[in-house]
Amino acid sequence: MEFRKGSSLSVSDSSKKEMASDTGLELLIEQTISVITNDGRNIVGVLKGFDQATNLILDESHERVYSTKAGVEQLMLGLYIIRGDNISVVGELDEELDSNLNLSSLHAHPLKPVGH
Amino acid sequence: MLFFSYFKELVGKEVTVELKNDLAITGTLHSVDQYLNIKLENTRVVDEAKYPHMLSVKNCFIRGSVVRYVQLPPDGVDVEILHDATRREARGT
Repeated sequence: MEFRKGSSLSVSDSSKKEMASDTGLELLIEQTISVITNDGRNIVGVLKGFDQATNLILDESHERVYSTKAGVEQLMLGLYIIRGDNISVVGELDEELDSNLNLSSLHAHPLKPVGH
Repeated sequence: MLFFSYFKELVGKEVTVELKNDLAITGTLHSVDQYLNIKLENTRVVDEAKYPHMLSVKNCFIRGSVVRYVQLPPDGVDVEILHDATRREARGT
């Protein structure tokens, strides 16, 4: 599967798309997104590219670790490729809403891993 | 193909998607694709107190492979049409 980066073409040819309604992630390119992975991790970063298998390229990424005992911990990661197999949710992060959050006082159970 | 067509008819309706990690997200169905990946708008997590992980997310893409249930509005379901479509699909039409 050809992988293309940047804001142009990150989806397959339109000829192959006759079956697909538009759920592409093109609109989220260059946006800050919040990814939930199958093992229950939450990774936030800028979407640089993707492909049909939902493999993602995330820049300036960090992991948000939730616990009941302490506030949210943010681990810097940098430039990451996340394999599509392992992705549950790709959310568009609203920067305004996010800046209103006080992460250091947010306590929560970590997300569960996906149990098939 | 049947469920893909069926979900296309439901675009614009409010649905609740329950995932295999027990997270449940309510939102307006924006689009669906051949893998039954779902894009929801105006999302809110069902139990926000328990799952504050998506508080800053209002639109999301959910990978089809991770969906357990899609809860539909009862008036969004035409059982007759579904029966007919299922029979046709079973016949191989």
